[in-house]
Amino acid sequence: MSDLEQKIFDIVVDKTELTHDRLSREARISDLEISSLDFVEIVFAVEEEFDIEVPYNANTMDADFETLGDIIDAVAAEIAKQQ
Amino acid sequence: MTRVAITGMGVVSAIGNDIETFRRALHDTTGGLAPAQGLDEVPKGITVVGQVRDFDAEARFGRDRLALLDPFSQFAMAAADEAIGMAGLDFRADPAMGQRTACIIGTGGAGIATLQEGFVRLYRDGKHRVNPFTVPRYMGNAACSQVTMAHGITGPSFAVTSACATANHAIGLGFHMVRGGVADRAVVGGTDALVNFGNLKAWEALRVVSRDTCRPFSKDRTGMVVGEGAGVFVLERWDDAVARGAPILAEMIGFGMSADAGDITFPSVEGASRAVQACLDDAGLTAADVDHINAHGTATTANDATEAKVIRAVFGDAADRLAVSSTKSFHGHGLGAAGGLELVAAIVAAQDGFVPPTLNLTELDPECPLDVVTGTGRAMDVRTVVSNSFAFGGLNAVLAIRRAEG
Repeated sequence: MSDLEQKIFDIVVDKTELTHDRLSREARISDLEISSLDFVEIVFAVEEEFDIEVPYNANTMDADFETLGDIIDAVAAEIAKQQ
Repeated sequence: MTRVAITGMGVVSAIGNDIETFRRALHDTTGGLAPAQGLDEVPKGITVVGQVRDFDAEARFGRDRLALLDPFSQFAMAAADEAIGMAGLDFRADPAMGQRTACIIGTGGAGIATLQEGFVRLYRDGKHRVNPFTVPRYMGNAACSQVTMAHGITGPSFAVTSACATANHAIGLGFHMVRGGVADRAVVGGTDALVNFGNLKAWEALRVVSRDTCRPFSKDRTGMVVGEGAGVFVLERWDDAVARGAPILAEMIGFGMSADAGDITFPSVEGASRAVQACLDDAGLTAADVDHINAHGTATTANDATEAKVIRAVFGDAADRLAVSSTKSFHGHGLGAAGGLELVAAIVAAQDGFVPPTLNLTELDPECPLDVVTGTGRAMDVRTVVSNSFAFGGLNAVLAIRRAEG
């Protein structure tokens, strides 16, 4: 597991009542039942942690982010943009 | 029961700072959403706003008065001036009439621009003092108080706040006060001045703002667009209006309220449906009596799909013959002013026999199976209109009007 993955999973655990064993790149956000408000908080925490802006819109969440891997990839892409 | 006439209305909005300009924009299908102007910085996630433009506050109020007026008060005062002028009332000339008049002006954000200016001085610029009038400018009742002071309205007066349902609550309360005999007339409405950096950042952070523009009920909608402005109305007893020969714009016939007691942002079909039903019951309407709904129609995924279910739940098969439109596609989401702007649109629809279109709708979302009016609008007989407001926090307020008929 990459350092980036680990940090994002830590944030998800912190903002939800999910445990680490349920989190993986393939885990579907709908299966994890993360509420839209929790998701807004997760994205905020990720942005603060990595000093990036994630292009996330609650209205198109289902289309844009299906799995936790999609979030990790989006964050990795934003970090790469900055470097 | 005492009938209640609407004898004046005034508006400040992204599609006009007076009623006739607003009306023309609806007919010409000229939307007012555009990139924010005049800000030092605009948040990246805010592409367009429903900003009040060409509002010459200094010319309207003079420099001395302006020192005490946050923009949310300025907008309300301008709309109230127009409404009271249209109604032909002069409270200063008749103090007894002023005492029998209520003034209820709601707001969602109150003087947020004034607070922000103070914080910028303190926390960014390292200054040690804020504007001496910070408190009287930002307080939530400032707009209401300024309207009473400008016109000599001395009856029951206060502000209400319920986010996106604010104006409908203010208008509906005034309606019930006049109908119930607590006041002879009421100056009512909502106001908000929201196009400033801090407030736009707050909306951006919630991740519900559209990527491009406001597309209510459209399959490709991506969220709401922040608007601002004010809508203010004069309500009075029908018989008084007739007796003094005042022009009657429409009749106020129903008001319903409810709370979801559910989620702070996600709307509830059950809660909102109860408000719509309560409004119909208050007005003595059946589902088949309503011709047009000015929808809450924020263009968020959640609101529009929920509102479609609400309309289907309350109106049943009659929903097939119900022309629905969201004028937020013209003026954005005015928050505390929204119900005011939309009641103006509802009255225009009844007066002109014209349902304004929902702009920017590319393909109707199958989740919103309604007769949504698009294109250039629809010329049709509009006798009865319902105007929905469903707020963040699950507070719902719904108004019904009828075309002016003796």
